[in-house]
This record gives sequence, structure tokens and C-alpha cells, in this order.
Amino acid sequence: MTLFLLSVMVFLGGQVLPGNVGRAILGPFADQRAVDALNHTLGVDRPLLTQYWSWISNFVQGDMGTSYIFRSPVAPFVIDALGNSMKLAAVAFVLVVPIGILGGVIAALNLNRPLDRIISLGGLSVTVLPEFVTGIILILIFGVWLRWLPISAAWPKDAGFFTQLYYLILPALPLFLVLFGYIARMARSGMIEALDSDYTRTAVLKGLPWRTVIWRHVLRNALLPTITVIATQTGYLIGGLVVIETLFRYQGIGSLIFTAARGKDFPMLESGILTIGIVYAVATLIADFLYSALNPRIRLGSDQ
Amino acid sequence: MSVVQTTSPPQDDTRRRGPLAEVFFSLMRSRTFLVGIAIVLFWVVCALFGEHFVPYDPLADDIINALAPPSRDHWFGTDQIGRDVFSRVIVGSRDILTVAPLATLLATVAGTALGLLTGYFRGIVDDVVSRILEAFMAIPVVIVALLAIVALGTSKTTVIIVIGLSFAPIIARTVRSAVLAERELDYVAAAQLRHESALYTMFVEILPNIIPPILVETTVRLGYAIFAVATLSFMGFGIQPPSPDWGLSISSNYGMIGGGFWWTVLFDALAIASLVIGVNLAADGVHGAFND
Repeated sequence: MTLFLLSVMVFLGGQVLPGNVGRAILGPFADQRAVDALNHTLGVDRPLLTQYWSWISNFVQGDMGTSYIFRSPVAPFVIDALGNSMKLAAVAFVLVVPIGILGGVIAALNLNRPLDRIISLGGLSVTVLPEFVTGIILILIFGVWLRWLPISAAWPKDAGFFTQLYYLILPALPLFLVLFGYIARMARSGMIEALDSDYTRTAVLKGLPWRTVIWRHVLRNALLPTITVIATQTGYLIGGLVVIETLFRYQGIGSLIFTAARGKDFPMLESGILTIGIVYAVATLIADFLYSALNPRIRLGSDQ
Repeated sequence: MSVVQTTSPPQDDTRRRGPLAEVFFSLMRSRTFLVGIAIVLFWVVCALFGEHFVPYDPLADDIINALAPPSRDHWFGTDQIGRDVFSRVIVGSRDILTVAPLATLLATVAGTALGLLTGYFRGIVDDVVSRILEAFMAIPVVIVALLAIVALGTSKTTVIIVIGLSFAPIIARTVRSAVLAERELDYVAAAQLRHESALYTMFVEILPNIIPPILVETTVRLGYAIFAVATLSFMGFGIQPPSPDWGLSISSNYGMIGGGFWWTVLFDALAIASLVIGVNLAADGVHGAFND
């Protein structure tokens, strides 16, 4: 449903509202015949429904159309950019998920003590800051003053895994900060609720060691809402990618969309956004599976 | 903590003001709220009167003194065409403090109306509208904004509409769940039995009773709106040069920080950070005051 709505919106936004595409590309002084000819080659003079259908059916078959600017198929650009973005997102996620959960768990186990206050308040403060603001401040500290990390994410050609990783740490940090607060807060409130529950009390009264209680009874239940939050955060993460990739001049899907929007390269823009929509839908699906796999109350099939 | 306390005399008039006064005093006791609102008020004052007390005209260039580091003459240094960064940071609060509240207002009005409709009627209206709203919520604001700006062109109005409409579903969801709880209460049944129209029941009977959650949601959204406006102007959408807007200043100066000109971006970044944190602290305080 979201995907369908997104595709219609993208289509309308990209192809219908700007009016005359040929005119938009060639500029206001171009010959009318040239404009008509270009419109015909691009196929934007056909009825709307036909255009939508041919666009969406081609997209499903992997043909994303031809870039207006580069005059070559869009698909390779999008796939390359998506790969780059995935690397960046992966670094951010690998950092933030364990650390965020750990932060929340530590805060909950130290409820209302100074450590909890520091984690909660710190998490809240960094979460509400726009990515480019934390990005700028981090660049200044680690890139300009301390000179520990490169300020641009464009690594040299043929860079190995660790070199790429080294270049990706600074861009991943703002994403880390934005997500950290959310994840830690969810993990914290989930933990508090689970620690307070009857089954935890039962487990403690049964005489189970504290470690077993935490691992087997509390954590499993406490982390369920956190998983849902992590999935919904992929949406924000993608929004953040647009900003971060622009700030660090990184060739990812976010900066691809941004450049396409600037240059009115509609096939590129539409394919980029729709690809993001698909990634988001897949992430939500994976979260659903994880949720049912971890929830002791939901069992898919019979495993006992 | 109960809202009705022994201090409120049993007269109709004062009892109605009781809860509100209670919230007010609770806000005044909340350190979080006071710190937050102080920061916000500081920037509001800067936006309103800043141009009268800043040392330089924020738009006046002075090429000879371009990129001067902070000094006694220019406390925060000067930017690439010699404009005084301190003056620009002070006056730079103006655009974001008009655009973000207007966007939040639009979101609140649209979201409240949608939430009342879906919560009150339920059934098909609710199902259809809620599905569409959910689909909308999944799309990041930046993406919607990119599309809208490509289609409609860049202007402050576009930014207000984009952010307002992107946030409306979130407010609608809060309002809807509040309405769902209210509509089972006796006073709604009474209004329905009096054959009041649906619109009357929604806006005159139910709306006043769900003001607290709406207020809380609105203050929280204001924080996100500032986040979004700042981000969009950093991306070059919305607020346009030569406005001294913070996001815009960062976007036109960050290309040079590799050369060590940190003062052209640091103070704008700190200004955005302080405003966003201020609004969020205040929102946290409001949330606490209504939920105690």
C-alpha cells in the first residue's frame, strides 16, 4: 500500500506537476519543434495512465528508464548508489543497535541513578539534533581540529575494506547519534516494564540466578518493542542519508536523489525514491519476522 | 497526582480553571520546562528585536575583512564575503521561527480535524483514511519535500505545506486514539441523544476534552518541525539567500571548513542545537505537567 501510494506520488510529483518536461530540460528559449520532438522521444506526450503503467511495469522488470542528464540507463547508477548507502547504513547500524540496546539496559538497571540520568538525557539531546548539525560539529572536532578522520567520505580508488571503514566512521556517527537516543529509550522503557512484571518476580522467587533471569526472562521481552522501533527508524535513517551523503559528498542513494532533484532528472529521481521505498518495505518485513521469532508468545509452526 | 485537590473551592467557576492553573503551576515548578522556555524565549527576542542591537548589518558585506577569525571587532569572525557572523547568527533565528511554528500550526489543525473524523466515525471512513495516513507516515519528510520542491518550486510556503502535511498524520493518530476513549463516555452519548449534529459533537463536546494530548503533541512536533526546517534549508530548499538563516549559512560555508574556517559554521550549528534542545526541553516539561 505504502509502495503503491509512493509510486503514484513519485510519478505525479516527477512527471505531471512540472508540466512540460521537454521545456524544462531545454529551457525557455528552445525551439517549440525541438521541445515537441524531445517530449516524443521521452514518451511524455502519451496519456498519463499509459505512462504510469509502462513506467511501473518496466521498473518491476528492472528497467528504470534513461537518465535525462547522463543519457544512459538509470539502473547502474541506482544500484551503485544503493550499494554505497548500504555500506554507510550498515556501519551506522552495526554500531548503534548493540550500543543503543546496551545503553538502555544499563540505564534501566541503574534506574534513577546518575548513570541512568546521563544516558537518558544525553540520548535525548543528541537524538533531537539534526544530522547536519552533529555532522558539522563532529567534522570540526575529529576532522579539522584533531585530524583523526577524513572529512570527506570519498575514499581512494581500490581501497580495501578497512580503508573504506575508516572513511565511513565520521559519516556514520551523526546517524548513530540520531538513532542512539531512540533505541536506548525504547530498550530502557522495555527493560523497566519487564523488570517490574510478574514473570520476572516469579523467576526471581524460583531462585534462578540473577544472570539467568536477566538473559532468559527480562531481555527477551524487553527488546521486542525495540525491534519494532529499529525497523521504523529505517525511514528516518534514509531521510538522514540524504543529508549526510550531501554533507560528506558521498555517492549514495541519498545524494543521487538530491542531485537528480536539483537537475530535474526525473527518471533518476523516481527510480531512486521507489528503490528506497522497496528497501523500507523489506526492512519492515524483516522486523516482523524477527519480532515473531523472538517473541516467546508467538510461534510460527510447531517447534515443540 | 490527582488534578482535583482540596485547594480548589467547590464553586463552578474556579473549579473549571482549577486543572489549568494546576498545569501552569506544575510547569513553573518544572526545571526542564523553565530552562527550555528560557532558551526559546531568548531566540524569540533575537528574532523580533535582534536587528536593533546587533553590532553590524547582517547582510552588509566587507570583502577586505572576509574570513576574519573571531576578534574583538567581530566576536564570531566574518564569513566569505566579510559579513559579521555574530550579527547573522542573532538575526538568523527569524526565518526558522516563523516557518516552523506555522508548519506546526497547519499540522495541528489538519491533524486534529482528521483525528476527530476518523476517531468519531470509525467504520469505513476510519479504515480508508487511516490506511492512507499510515502509508504517508512511512515516507521520510525529506523525500516528500524533495518531490514537492521539484514539483512546486522552492519557497517558504512550500516548506510550511510540506512539513505541515507530513506531520498532520502523526497528530491525527494521537487525536484519534484520544477520541476513541472519549466517545464511549456519557457526555457524548448525551449529545447524540439530544440529536446534536456530528460536527457539533466532535468540535464542541469532544474537542475541549482532548486539548491536553493535542497540546503535548503540538509542542513535541514543534521540535521536529525545527529539525525539518533547518535540514531543508541546509539542503537549499525553502529559505533562500540572502537570509542569514542558520541552516542556509552552514550550507554555503561548510565547503571551506577543510581550510580551517570553523567560525563560519560552528556558531550557526550551536544556535540550531540550542534552539532544538530548548524546544524539546520545554515540550518535555509540558508533557510532564499534563501527565502528572
